[in-house]
Amino acid sequence: MELYTLIPVLPLAAFWINILFGRHYIKDNAHWISVPAVVASWVIALITLSDVLGGKVFNQDIYQWIVSDGFKVSVGFLVDPLTAVMLIVVTTVSSLVHIYSVGYMHKDPGYYRFFAYLSLFTFSMLMLVMANNFLQMYFGWEAVGLCSYFLIGFWYQKKSASDAAKKAFIVNRFGDFGFGLGVILIFLTLGTLHYAPVFGSIGSVAGQTLNILGTEVDLITLIALLLFCGAVGKSAQIPLHVWLPDAMEGPTPVSALIHAATMVTAGVFMVARCAPIFSLSPTTMAVVAVVGGVTAIFAGTIALVQNDIKRIIAYSTVSQLGYMFLACGVGAFGAGIFHLYTHAFFKALLFLGAGSVMHAMSGEVNIQKMGGLKKYMPWTYWTFLLASLSIAGIPGFAGFFSKDEILWQAYAAGPLGKFVWVLGAITALLTAFYSFRIIYLAFHGKFRGTEEQKHHLHESPKSMTLPLVLLAVGAVAAGWVGIPPLLGGTIGIEHSDKFGAFLAPVVGHPHASVHTHAEEWAVMGLSVLLAISGILAARYCYLKNPELPVKIGEKFKFAYRVLWNKYYVDELYDCIIVKPTFWVARNIIVGITDGKIIEGVVNGVPAAIGRFSESFRKIQTGFTHHYAMVMAFGLLAIAIAVFFF
Amino acid sequence: MLPELFFYYNATVITVLSALVVTRSNPVHSIMLMLVMFFHIAALYLFLNAEFLAAIQIIVYAGAILVLFLFVVLLLNLKKELVTQIFIVRWPLGLVAMAGLLVLMFAGIKSFTLGPTGDFTIEKIAGETHTAAIGTVLFTEYIVPFEVASLVLLIAIIGAIVLAKKQIKT
Amino acid sequence: MVELQWYLYLSAAVFTIGVFGFLTRRNIIFMFISIELMLNGVNISLVSFSHYLQDPRGQILAFFVITVAAAEAAIGLAIIISVFRNKETVYVDEMTETKG
Repeated sequence: MELYTLIPVLPLAAFWINILFGRHYIKDNAHWISVPAVVASWVIALITLSDVLGGKVFNQDIYQWIVSDGFKVSVGFLVDPLTAVMLIVVTTVSSLVHIYSVGYMHKDPGYYRFFAYLSLFTFSMLMLVMANNFLQMYFGWEAVGLCSYFLIGFWYQKKSASDAAKKAFIVNRFGDFGFGLGVILIFLTLGTLHYAPVFGSIGSVAGQTLNILGTEVDLITLIALLLFCGAVGKSAQIPLHVWLPDAMEGPTPVSALIHAATMVTAGVFMVARCAPIFSLSPTTMAVVAVVGGVTAIFAGTIALVQNDIKRIIAYSTVSQLGYMFLACGVGAFGAGIFHLYTHAFFKALLFLGAGSVMHAMSGEVNIQKMGGLKKYMPWTYWTFLLASLSIAGIPGFAGFFSKDEILWQAYAAGPLGKFVWVLGAITALLTAFYSFRIIYLAFHGKFRGTEEQKHHLHESPKSMTLPLVLLAVGAVAAGWVGIPPLLGGTIGIEHSDKFGAFLAPVVGHPHASVHTHAEEWAVMGLSVLLAISGILAARYCYLKNPELPVKIGEKFKFAYRVLWNKYYVDELYDCIIVKPTFWVARNIIVGITDGKIIEGVVNGVPAAIGRFSESFRKIQTGFTHHYAMVMAFGLLAIAIAVFFF
Repeated sequence: MLPELFFYYNATVITVLSALVVTRSNPVHSIMLMLVMFFHIAALYLFLNAEFLAAIQIIVYAGAILVLFLFVVLLLNLKKELVTQIFIVRWPLGLVAMAGLLVLMFAGIKSFTLGPTGDFTIEKIAGETHTAAIGTVLFTEYIVPFEVASLVLLIAIIGAIVLAKKQIKT
Repeated sequence: MVELQWYLYLSAAVFTIGVFGFLTRRNIIFMFISIELMLNGVNISLVSFSHYLQDPRGQILAFFVITVAAAEAAIGLAIIISVFRNKETVYVDEMTETKG
């Protein structure tokens, strides 16, 4: 029982040891603290998974955190199938990234700091997924945001890195504000924050409305939308997606762990965890599905034209997160979590591969300056290729099963589902195209970098290639736990696959309308066809006719510019939020409130007191007898007062 | 009649001596007069069945504190005292304060009545001797204040040493 | 039998004489002596209360007053010595360092 507690506690211990003793004592041995701790967590997570597979569900409060009248919050752990899946994802990727960082961060002056933050992040993420109440989840939610800030700005000397860290933090604030309000509203409505009673009794408030500024708003819809706000911020969905590509300023292992596999998927996890709330609000479900679908295609198109290898993968992450929300929005929470789980492996692999490439290219991120790397770094190339095949959705690979599951569930979920299915299918084509664009530009063809870089090209050290290989195994095989019945996979309940059946007790399963096998085959066939054509198109454009993309870019100059500038979203925010804020800050805050009012008061009060006391200090003569006399007559006055009144 | 006479004698001597103490110009004289006054106060304590306090009045006040004063007076060069003004210029103000307080207190004392009496009777004191009776109370009910008082004395010892020692130039 | 009031009159007289000395003497040693007088005045009333109320607490309190008086005298005289060492004076109207 108590074993589960160790899962988050071990990384926390590693964090404290490294942050307290790292600077002077541990220094370059920091990984000897953090790596064993996280690997031990992983082992316990495996034990947990086998317990949960055996049908055990653990839900227990460990510690009474806050007691204030009716408001009670405890630190407690809930271990159910959903938590078990997340535990495996988090601890696996975290362990591999820790190992990878040993090689990647070698000789960095902040080595101990990096491992401390990574461990702190792992702890926070585990607290988030293992929480059994909303406040603890909120704690984890904010703590991962904080670690993300630390790690994006890890090289804080670089202005772009510290700016990106601030941007990520501030943009997340918008979403978290909504999430916080949602949690408060849940407490106000139901008087508790524990999952079990909340999900048990949320149905009883269905249909209740809340009067906001004269309009009646459905209570559950409001709660769900507020919670979804948090998910939008954390999982970088439109319109709060802008921080994720900038977050690539952080070290690459951080991108792999936080901005691909774990933290950004917290939003999806939260939506799935709150499935009982979301399911009660069709409006919110439609919003989730449409936001997910639009984000998927939006980010996919931007990724087509970018040249920064990490940014392409970042936009790909945004796009894939859109997929997950799309699945949740059509009620297929299981499929969303399934994609989260497979995505963690192949996306972490893509990032670590990109890190390996950057390592070899002395920090170069522009894929136009790479080429022909296949020859120099075979391990990186082959693992990267496997990850790309997986994300493109080639049958047999992990990505295929989860993506196909999502598309099929969307297709089967009515008219709105059909609409987002179209978005998803187009995104599948885009995904295959931009993934293989990286492969062909970076690994094939001729080397286009400088002579110095060419001389320096080398395969990365073992500590970096080992995680790549292990993740490649996951990228290929992770999906095999959820092979759909159509392809001969184990049949769970109500046509769902084994993975969906495993999660069904927590998130339910979609009530798909009846469809024929032929339709299912057709949907699957179409997505495979789109994936293969995307790969072939990339091959045609970038390997066979390298001048073709340039021509297309010139022909559709406007579209190219829009995509290159990421739909001008950053510029738009700059205009409508950043500039007005600065204007208000300069002219109103500095000029009036701060300059006149606050400084007037702050300087005026002491000046007045100074003048006042200037006249009073003359009382202080320094003659002891004067003081004594005042005391005596004061005593006399008090005695008279007491005596006569 | 005899007890009253004893009290009046002591009271007169104490009042006169204290008035003399604060008006002498030579501190040594003043301290000597104070010594005599303390003996008379001790006599009053005996008269009030407080033998233990009478003893420490003599041992601590007369034996320790006054000797300390005497040391200090002899340590400082105070020849100037004999020729200079001993009161501040506005000494009548002090007299006014004193007179006011005295009148108020006398007026208050006039209407003073005793509350209920306790069980610390003369018979009890006679039965187990005064020092034992006081000691029993002091070491049971008032043990914590007693320990605090000892700490206060310790701090006073250390403080006096630190304050009075010659500054060592470093 | 002597009335309690008489002890209290005596106590008040000794106390106010102490107050007078404290307020008017220039010499800091005399100010300390006056403080001792005030403390003794208070002690007289405490002991007489104890006797007339047949309660030991008055004497206990007087005992603590004597203890504190001893501590106060030790510290005070040490301060006098160190002041005299620095300023070569024992007259408080010549010490006006605390003037505002």
